[in-house]
Amino acid sequence: MTSAPLAPRPRRHRLRVRLAAVLLTVLAPLTAACGGGALAGPDDDGRTTVTVLAASSLTDVLTEAGAAYEEEHPDVRLRFSFAGSQELAAQVRQGLPADLIVTADTATMDALRNETGPSTVIARNRLAIATAPGNPRGVDSLDDLAREDVSVVLADPEVPAGRYGRELLERWGVTVRPVSLEPSVRAVLSKVALGEADAGLVYVTDAASAGDEVHAVPLPDDRNVAVRYPAAPLEDAPHPEEAADVIAWLGTEPARRVLRDAGFLLP
Amino acid sequence: MSRPADRRGPRARPPVAFVLPAALALVFLAVPLAGVLAHTPWPDLVGHLSSPAVARALGLSLLVSGWALLLSFVLGVPLAWLLARVHFPGKALVRSLVLLPMVLPPTVAGVALLRGFGRNGLLGGVLEVLGATLPFSTAGAVVAAAFVAMPFLVISLEGALNGLPPRYEEAAATMGATLPQTLRYVTLPMVMPSLASGAALCWARALGEFGATITFAGNLPGVTQTLPLQVYLLLQRDPAAATSVSLLLLAVAAAVLIALRGRWLGHSR
Repeated sequence: MTSAPLAPRPRRHRLRVRLAAVLLTVLAPLTAACGGGALAGPDDDGRTTVTVLAASSLTDVLTEAGAAYEEEHPDVRLRFSFAGSQELAAQVRQGLPADLIVTADTATMDALRNETGPSTVIARNRLAIATAPGNPRGVDSLDDLAREDVSVVLADPEVPAGRYGRELLERWGVTVRPVSLEPSVRAVLSKVALGEADAGLVYVTDAASAGDEVHAVPLPDDRNVAVRYPAAPLEDAPHPEEAADVIAWLGTEPARRVLRDAGFLLP
Repeated sequence: MSRPADRRGPRARPPVAFVLPAALALVFLAVPLAGVLAHTPWPDLVGHLSSPAVARALGLSLLVSGWALLLSFVLGVPLAWLLARVHFPGKALVRSLVLLPMVLPPTVAGVALLRGFGRNGLLGGVLEVLGATLPFSTAGAVVAAAFVAMPFLVISLEGALNGLPPRYEEAAATMGATLPQTLRYVTLPMVMPSLASGAALCWARALGEFGATITFAGNLPGVTQTLPLQVYLLLQRDPAAATSVSLLLLAVAAAVLIALRGRWLGHSR
């Protein structure tokens, strides 16, 4: 290891470094201000971008409903961020700028009561078993999920789908040893669709949206769990009026039609 | 520019046009780390890190990263030697292939692993006959970690071997040393520092692996839920605990780099 002695620094060098430091402190707030301005005002094309945080099980249906909303409201653009409800809640607590949030359970929403306005349930759902196309392992009921020769993936109990699944299995007294607890219900679906797992508990609507890639085993309604999707505006929403309008619109007939077509139950 | 100016080299006074963006770069890199430090719940730190769940994930992380390092050694060291010493057609292509996992998004690596080694992947049938199902198993987590971490070892070692004048090995050969003897007594001692730093980086990368693991191996406590996966899930329920575990991983990563002191870039100071 060789280390040559450093030449003494000329004075001007130090001066310039100090100059740079001053520039930096001046520039930093400036750039921050720019960022904030771009976020709050309308975009270049005059449309207002409303950011919607939504549970991953709403990925397809809200994307479609969003397109219908934008058609009715040409001055608004909806930007969606889909993730597990808990992850969205964590993002809200960390101060991620967004306008409204739709979670897949009321517990997650209740835990956000300091960060959100009043919530409205916009849709309901229930669980089903997803298997590979043609159901090669012959999974016909929840009891089959306990079989040794059936590898099962569940959603992690950190996300609503995982809690609903656990609730359902406990109520039926079925003990399942899952091979994986996936971070979102969509990840459960893809593991089944890819054939890596034999079966998984997903929302009825997820199984429907996957089409031919998975086979859905329905569960009797009277023994299913009641999945509710509450929507609420965020307290710090950059566009509170638009957020309230989107939530109100989700209760109107055009939105209900999209929800119904995707297999959701109405509130 | 005149010649003497050119030769002033790195000791010349740095232009402010460089100093400013460089300072911004440092701030950019340092702020998130400072954020972890600032938000670390120091009074609860010990409690968080000694909870059974964290202890289990830590144990699994050490196991998985250790096996990944071993796998990288067994397969990667011969590969590095071949890349450095043997001329063969398509070598540039092979080297790109080795580098690819370093630049691939880890989730893409996970998808690729599923398509290659998954139950329905290219080699899924072969593996099933051998009685090995990688997804959702600890072995799968090892494979995911080794896939993204091995290149660090290979590239580091190959660089060192390339920088080694062949005359030492040739001299040993003319004195009658066999190839294993030459490797053991001549080559290995000379590339040892690079091998060690490559191994350390490889291990650190394996320890931090997240995307490929959660995509390919899944998430099950005690089986595939390593520390980074736990941080990710913990952040949703208990951000303070997630910050504590983040600090632990940050400290390990920093310790590796401090121990290496930039040696992996070939610097001597």
